[in-house]
Amino acid sequence: MGMTLTEKILARHAALESVEPGQIINAKVDLVLANELSAAVAIGVMRGIKGAGKVFDPSKIALVADHFVPAKDAQSAGLARLMKEFAAEQKVEHFFDVGRGGIEHVVLPEEGLVAPGELIVGGDSHTCTYGAFGAFATGMGSTDIAAAFVLGEVWLKVPASIKLVYSGKPGPFVYAKDIMLRTVGELGIDGATYRAIEYHGSTVDELSITGRITMANMAIEAGAKNGIFHADAKTIAYVKERTDRPFVVERADADARYERVISIDISELEPQVACPHTPDNVHPISDVTRDDLKVDQVFIGSCTNGYIDDLRVVAKILDGKRIAPNLRVIVNPGSQKVWMQAADEGILTTLAAAGCAVNTPGCGACFGGHMGTLGDGERAISTTNRNYVGRMGSPKAEIYLASPATCAASALTGRITDPRVVEAVPV
Amino acid sequence: MEATLRGHAHKYGKNVDTDVIIPGKYCNIIDRAELGKHALEGLDPEYTGRMKPGDIIVADTNFGCGSSREVAPIAIKASGTSAVIAKSFARIFYRNALNIGLPIFESAEAVDGIESGDEIELEPAGGIVRNLTKGTSYRAAEFPPFMQSLIDAGGLVPYVERRLAESQ
Ligand code: SF4
Repeated sequence: MGMTLTEKILARHAALESVEPGQIINAKVDLVLANELSAAVAIGVMRGIKGAGKVFDPSKIALVADHFVPAKDAQSAGLARLMKEFAAEQKVEHFFDVGRGGIEHVVLPEEGLVAPGELIVGGDSHTCTYGAFGAFATGMGSTDIAAAFVLGEVWLKVPASIKLVYSGKPGPFVYAKDIMLRTVGELGIDGATYRAIEYHGSTVDELSITGRITMANMAIEAGAKNGIFHADAKTIAYVKERTDRPFVVERADADARYERVISIDISELEPQVACPHTPDNVHPISDVTRDDLKVDQVFIGSCTNGYIDDLRVVAKILDGKRIAPNLRVIVNPGSQKVWMQAADEGILTTLAAAGCAVNTPGCGACFGGHMGTLGDGERAISTTNRNYVGRMGSPKAEIYLASPATCAASALTGRITDPRVVEAVPV
Repeated sequence: MEATLRGHAHKYGKNVDTDVIIPGKYCNIIDRAELGKHALEGLDPEYTGRMKPGDIIVADTNFGCGSSREVAPIAIKASGTSAVIAKSFARIFYRNALNIGLPIFESAEAVDGIESGDEIELEPAGGIVRNLTKGTSYRAAEFPPFMQSLIDAGGLVPYVERRLAESQ
């Protein structure tokens, strides 16, 4: 019997001929990731493990300060410091402090730390992002991460796979974000729990690397353990530009078993919006704009849509215009490299001239940490991935999730706006 | 094995996510007691004031969905809550709960048969859920053998210690 892409990677890392869904395996990891929040807890756990003096391999650990950076308060500064000292003590090769990194999931691929066929675990649920590169990547809690730090192995239950087959060409102002929001809407927030999502079809073959990142990133929003694409020439070129490390490109077998196969035709797809308070409450933009929803804040950034391609889309829409009065637009480029590229291209100036507040890279407002926290009764539209109650601050705030283009169009009007009518938006 | 747990039920709906279990702004807290004061704050700000030590959270499907923050089960445990019964759990929360030693019980029938305020008795070893108020009893889903062996060993940490000792 054939294996899915996820099963292939898991079998190789467990040194087994084959694996099947439900089987529990011990797998070797190629990289273990943590941020200052998950690392702080994991370091504490590791110090309590008898006989665990050292990490298994300092070259296979990545530590990124991104959630509360630059430090929001003394407590946050303490967590970042704990991680920094641990990195020095353990000689961790890939440690990214403020000003040298950015959001973990933006930084790791940029730095060549993710390659096809690899197995990556991270102390962050959006670790599934690296499935964009044909890697098996999944999020875990800090105790699991501490165990991985020490053993270089994790125990995993092999997930059954759901095959999603996309067809059709996206229309104007329809992006990977819209496709993925629709997908989460269709699967539901627990539709893929304990499952792997395998993305297929002509639509995703045509997608850019960042488009695939956006889609793999939100696999967790359907509850999935991981979301994975097949690596192709584009992926291999991207990775080889950044690392000399050898990697193995795996492919699903022709007779692989899928629990479900779902076909999604996107040729008629409109821009999509996830309405409060769950990421699967997804509606086409024309239904949402009918309610004429005024917004208090637009947020552009995160590991879902904090990439240079995203900022280019936003800058193009805002170029030479002003954002609506009585509106805050906050932009967090995903990484230091994205920030510098955007500076080189004049994007940061375009955004600032339009009235946006451009922040230093990091998670920022995405999870209500700081730098754009919502107040009671406020409404925001955001390029991020979650809109649970209280996610961006006040539990009495409303969060709408959409693409960078939809958020930029909304920035011009101060209302949730269809980017397809953006030309008609008065300056 | 763990002793019998007893407390009153506090019942909630489906998809109780980690952002309401412990909001992001508290994720820079390491002190467990402090975390415990904010358990469930985004969903039910009165929970920690109302609950008594030993009480039990009862919820519908997909409990603990969202982020991987281990402080979510830690906050629940630190609040004095003795266990969570749900129709199903989100994947990362499930692992985290086992790893930090928060007892969890998966049973749709038990959830349907419990109302807020009911007095519940739990036997973690056998996965037994007894509704003392209604005089009913349920059996929660068994853990796969590997996970049961982790639980029996006292969690992931002793397991890692054993593996390290073996490799010496
Ligand atoms: S940007 Fe948001 S979703 Fe991504 S890692 Fe940071 S907090 Fe999590």
